[in-house]
Amino acid sequence: MSKKSEIAAAQSERVDLTRALRDAGLAALLAFALFLPLIGFWARNVGEGLLLVTRWDALALVVLIVAAARLFYTLVAQPWLKRQRARRTEIAPPWRTALAKWFIPFAIGFVVVYPLIAIAGAGMRGSIKWVDNFGIQILIYVMLGFGLNIVVGLAGLLDLGYVAFYAVGAYSYALLAKTFGLTFWILLPLAGVLASFWGVLLGFPVLRLRGDYLAIVTLAFGEIIRIVIVNWVDLTNGYAGITSIPRPTFFGIPFNADDNGFAAVFGLEFTPLHRTLFLYYIILGLALLTAWVTVRLRRLPVGRAWEALREDEIACRSLGINTTNTKLTAFAMGAMFAGFAGSFFAARQGFISPESFTFIESATILSIVVLGGMGSQVGVAIAAIVMIGGTEIMRELDFLKEIFGADFDPTKYRMLLFGFCMVLIMVWRPRGLIATRRPSVFLKERKTISADLVKEGHG
Amino acid sequence: MEVFLQQLINGITLGSIYGLIAIGYTMVFGIIGMVNFAHGDVFMVSAFIALIAFLILTSWLGIGSIMLALLIVLIVAMLFTSLVNWVIERVAYRPLRGSFRLAPLISAIGMSIFLSNFVQVAQGPRNKSVPPMVHGEFVLMTRNGYPVTLSVKQLVIWGVTAVLLVAFWYVVTRTSLGRAQRACEQDQKMAALLGVDVDRTISMTFVIAAALAAVAGTMYLMHYGVITFSDGFVPGVKAFTAAVLGGIGSLPGAVVGGILIGLIETMWSAYFSTDYKDVAAFSVLAITLIFLPQGLFGRPDVEKV
Repeated sequence: MSKKSEIAAAQSERVDLTRALRDAGLAALLAFALFLPLIGFWARNVGEGLLLVTRWDALALVVLIVAAARLFYTLVAQPWLKRQRARRTEIAPPWRTALAKWFIPFAIGFVVVYPLIAIAGAGMRGSIKWVDNFGIQILIYVMLGFGLNIVVGLAGLLDLGYVAFYAVGAYSYALLAKTFGLTFWILLPLAGVLASFWGVLLGFPVLRLRGDYLAIVTLAFGEIIRIVIVNWVDLTNGYAGITSIPRPTFFGIPFNADDNGFAAVFGLEFTPLHRTLFLYYIILGLALLTAWVTVRLRRLPVGRAWEALREDEIACRSLGINTTNTKLTAFAMGAMFAGFAGSFFAARQGFISPESFTFIESATILSIVVLGGMGSQVGVAIAAIVMIGGTEIMRELDFLKEIFGADFDPTKYRMLLFGFCMVLIMVWRPRGLIATRRPSVFLKERKTISADLVKEGHG
Repeated sequence: MEVFLQQLINGITLGSIYGLIAIGYTMVFGIIGMVNFAHGDVFMVSAFIALIAFLILTSWLGIGSIMLALLIVLIVAMLFTSLVNWVIERVAYRPLRGSFRLAPLISAIGMSIFLSNFVQVAQGPRNKSVPPMVHGEFVLMTRNGYPVTLSVKQLVIWGVTAVLLVAFWYVVTRTSLGRAQRACEQDQKMAALLGVDVDRTISMTFVIAAALAAVAGTMYLMHYGVITFSDGFVPGVKAFTAAVLGGIGSLPGAVVGGILIGLIETMWSAYFSTDYKDVAAFSVLAITLIFLPQGLFGRPDVEKV
C-alpha cells in the first residue's frame, strides 16, 4: 500500500470518528426528546389520585445508553456487518454442512440427557427449576413453534390466532378430565382431534383471504374464542379459571407421597422431581413427534402442495392442486399439534385461565417461527430457546439487584426486551436465523439455498 | 327511541375516536401496504403523553382555563407522538422495506409489545385516572322521564375531530405533500423517477398518522378519564376494523367505518350485552374481510400473475 492511500485511509477513519460522535450526539438529543414525557416525568399513583414526579436520573441514564449504543453501532457493528455482507457467498462452506449434519443428532442427544445434567449440576432439589422452567417451558414453545411452522412456514398462511387452538386443547383436557374422569392418554388424542376440528371450522371461512388480511382475521377469531372463554362462566369459570385439573399418571400410578404413589411403588424416596421428569419426557416425545411428522409430511404430496402454495398460489392452482383442501389440511394439522400442546399444558399446570391464551402468546409463537427462519425446524428450536429461555433467565438475574438497588426487578423488563429483540432480529436478519431452504425434490444433488433467492408469492 | 338517540350520540363520539385512529391504519396501508400493528399502541402512548402534559399544566403551572389547557395538551401530544412514530418508522420499518412480506408485520408486532411494556415499566401497571376535565351537558329532550343528553365533552370531541379532518383533508388533496403521498400510493418507483422524495413522504405519512392518533388519544383520555398501558390493543384492532370496513386505503372510508364501528359497539352494548361487545367488533372485522374484502369505499383488489 502506498503512503498516500495509507494516509487517506487513516484520514477517513478519523473522519469516521467525528461523524460517529456527531451521530451519537444527535441520537442522544433525539432520545432526550423521545423519552422526556414518559421517563422524565412519572404520573405516580398515590391513593386515588396521581402525583407528578420527575426522574431526571433515569432520563439521563437512558439518553446515555442510547448514545453509547449509537456510537457502538457506527464504530463497531456497522463495519462488521459490511464485512460480513461482502464475504457472504451463495454456497455454504463445507464446515457448515458438516456441522449441520451432526448438529441434529447431537442436539437430540443433549435434550434427552438434559435433566441428568441439571440434576448433576444443581442437585435433586435445585434441578426442578431448571427442568421445569427451562426444559418443559421451552419445549412447549418448541412444539407450538413446530405446529405453527406447518401453517406459516410450510403452507405460507399467516396465522395470528394460533393460541385459540392451544386454548381449545387445554380446555378440552381440563373439562373432560374433570367432568368424565378420563385419563391424560385418552384425552391427549381427543384434544388434538377437537382442536383440529376447530382448525377446519375457522379455516373454512378464511380460505379466500391472503397475507395480512388472513393474519388479521385469524387474530379476530383467536380473540373471539378468548372472549367467549372469559364470558361463558358456567362452562369455563371465566377469569377465575379451572383449578385442580387431574395430573397425568404413570400407567395409573399417581405421582404423590401416598403408599400407592410412584415413589412408594418403586421403592424410591418421594420427590416432586419424578413428576417433573415424567412431564419433561412426555413433552420431549411430543415435540419430537411433531418434528418427525412434519419432516415426513414434507415428502408426501400434501406437504409438497403446502410448499407450492407458499411459493405461488396462482401457479399452484394452475397445476390443478386443490388449494381448498391443501389450506384446510394445513390448518387442521397445525391446530392438532396445538391441541396436543394445550392438553399437555393443562395437565402440567393443573390450573388454566384465559390469561394464558392472550394475543401475546400467539405473537410469541409466530415470532419464534419467523425469527427461526420460516420452514426451518432447527431454526424454530433455536429461536424458542433464545426467546423463551432468554426471558426465563431474566428471572434468575438476582445479581442485578446489587447493582441497581433492591427494588430493581428484572422480570418487569422481560416482555420489553422480548419486543425489542423481535424488532432487532427482524431488522438484522429479516429472513430469520436459519435463512436457508432445503428442497424436498431435486434433480442431481440437494443444494441448500439462501431464502433470499426465493421470491414468495402472495399466498 | 330516546335510548336509541342517546346511543346514537354516544356511538358517534366513540366512532370519531376510532375514525381518527383508523386514518393512520389506512394511510400507512395505502402507502406501503403494511398493517401497522403498533398503531394502537402509538395511540396509547399519545394518551399517556397527554396525561403527563395535563398534569404539568394543572398541578405545576396551575392553568385555570380548561380550554386553553386542553389546546396545549393536544398540541404537545401531537408533537411528541409524531416524533415517536417518526423514530419507529426509521428504526423498525424502513430497513425492512423491500424485504419479504412478513418482516414488517413481525417488526410491527414486536414494536407493539415493546411500546405497551415500555409504558408499563416507565409509568407503572395501575390505571391512571384524571379528574373530569370538561363539565356540563345539554338536555336535548326528555321523554317518559328519560333525558337525552349531549355533554360538552362530546361536543368538544365532535368539534376537534371535524376541524382536524378538514385540515387533514386539505393536506391530502390540496398540498404538494398530499400529491406526493397519492403518487407514492399508486406507484413508488414511478413517483421516485418523477422527483418525489419517497422516503420523506413515507416519513411524513407516519407523522400525520401519529398526529391524528394523538388527537384520538387526548380525546379518549378526556372522554373516559382513565388510561392504562394495555389500552392500545383493543381500540387498535377496532380502528383497524373500521379501516377495513370503510375500504382500506380510502380516507373517507376510514371515518365512515370508524363511526359505524362506534355505533355498532354502543348499540350492541345497549341492546344485547356489554360482555360480548368486543366480539361484535371482531365479528364485523371477520365478516367484512370474508364477504366484502374491498370494504364500502375501497377499490376491489385485482389479482395479477
